[in-house]
Amino acid sequence: MRRWIAFWNIFMKDVRTYYLKPPNISWGIIFPLAWTGMFFIRAGRGLESVPDLLPGVMTIAILFGTTSVLAVTVTFEKRQRSFDRLLLAPICLEVLMLAKTGGAVLFGIVNPLVPILIASFLADLSGVAWSLVVPAMLLIAIVSTFLGLFIAVSVSQVFEAQTFSNFFRFPMIFLCGLFLPIMDLPAYIRPLSYVLPLTYGVDILHGAVRGANIMPFAMDFAILGAFCLGLFSLSLRNINRKWIV
Amino acid sequence: MSSRNGAIIEVTGLTKRYGEVLAVDDISFDVIEGEVFGFLGPNGAGKTTTINMLTGLGRLDRGTVRIGGIECTQNPKAAQHLLGIVPDESNLYPELTGFENLSFCGALYGMRRSEREGRARDLLKVFGLTDAADRKFETYSKGMKRKLTFAAGIVHEPPILFLDEPTTRIDVASARQVRQIVSDLHRQGVTIFFTTHYIEEAERLCERIAFIVNGRIVKAERTSDLLQPVKGRNVLLLSVSGFGDDLRDAMTAAFPAYLFESVGRGQIRVESTDTINVAPLTRFLDERGIQVAEARRHLPSLEDIFVEVTGIEADLMKRDKERAGGGRGANS
Repeated sequence: MRRWIAFWNIFMKDVRTYYLKPPNISWGIIFPLAWTGMFFIRAGRGLESVPDLLPGVMTIAILFGTTSVLAVTVTFEKRQRSFDRLLLAPICLEVLMLAKTGGAVLFGIVNPLVPILIASFLADLSGVAWSLVVPAMLLIAIVSTFLGLFIAVSVSQVFEAQTFSNFFRFPMIFLCGLFLPIMDLPAYIRPLSYVLPLTYGVDILHGAVRGANIMPFAMDFAILGAFCLGLFSLSLRNINRKWIV
Repeated sequence: MSSRNGAIIEVTGLTKRYGEVLAVDDISFDVIEGEVFGFLGPNGAGKTTTINMLTGLGRLDRGTVRIGGIECTQNPKAAQHLLGIVPDESNLYPELTGFENLSFCGALYGMRRSEREGRARDLLKVFGLTDAADRKFETYSKGMKRKLTFAAGIVHEPPILFLDEPTTRIDVASARQVRQIVSDLHRQGVTIFFTTHYIEEAERLCERIAFIVNGRIVKAERTSDLLQPVKGRNVLLLSVSGFGDDLRDAMTAAFPAYLFESVGRGQIRVESTDTINVAPLTRFLDERGIQVAEARRHLPSLEDIFVEVTGIEADLMKRDKERAGGGRGANS
């Protein structure tokens, strides 16, 4: 119970305090919205292309949303030493970091609802397998959050976290099949796509929205899950190594 | 809760190295349950590194730590529920109000909403911050920030409290209030691990004191025992127009019961176990054409012991710390 009280209060504080911080608004909300508008309006293939674009746009919204929040909730707090307060509390590191990342995961899940809502006015989404979309969104949000956590723990300034995030975010837009199918990539680049976690999340979304997945769903979910565990463990190890010196 | 000879904190052979630098070098000490234990030393002596290792924010290279009978060498989290920590810098959340900050800190220790909100209100009153309860922390003055940070450290009523420089860089009134609260907590039976660079503050508040220099504890005793060598010692400081070896020899010959020493430009320190009579001294100097601008009695204190033991001028240590913090200290 005590642990749950701590978990819930850390989670709620981050939601209340950080969701409307400038970096989150610009990188987490305005930027994905601009991309959504750009892709839907300028795709040049008419409204029938909206379902093709939707998985990619949703993924961008999740990716940018989660990584932006993490840069603030973790890097900013570490910078001003209030994170030490959390490390000194009698909460195990796993619970603490789940609470700290929970706010980012929620932000990441809410963000793609905007492109979904816009798409629902522009195209017929009745064929979408929502039972696959929802868990895929959740897993993409978790894996992006943990990727953001890994970056946030590795730097000391918020702007560094945002800059380093871009080294991951932008290549993933092109390498993970968001808008350009992986099979259309040059053969020598393709292996890179398969080592990036987003590839598997996007594949589920393409399958759920328009039945165009290239890997079995079970495999996609399993690999995404493995990425979540791996990145979280790696981040915890980094915190232990770097912040508890 | 205590174990070895009533000790609530038992530290044995604690060692910490950062690369080539040996920050804490094989230190051992006990803190007795219910006492105020002073941990004194200059900047970089290893005070904060030691606190970090005891509280779980730093990893030990070697040694053992037991807190409240709990072995926390391998698992620093095990005893954190017993600890309250007031760091040397205010590190609360700027976007939260004073009340929200205290309530949040209570939640970190698993306190229920009604319990922590009641406690937050009580503490705001104790620290004189009730009027600022709904203001954001970022709008607080330095003194208010320091007081709220102190309150956040005791919101969960810990039996052991770590206070790292609690009166540094705050105004005189706030510093007095903080010292009063430390005394009150001590009366309530809270064990207090206290670091400060204000030696007179440590002398006033601490029952036992350890001096740490270059990562090593050079002396650790009861404050009254530390003061024993300076008890009954009289010191007079004379400001004069000139003082050389010849004059010192002449004065020593004329006043064999006194010890004369030059302490800086134009200052003579006269020390004796007897009462020092000022008039014969000023007359002696006057006859030799030396003007005495000021004669001031100096009460020997822990500061003299500190200087003797560590070889560090206490004033220098205080100025260093205040300069590092970019503010004026308060200790009256």
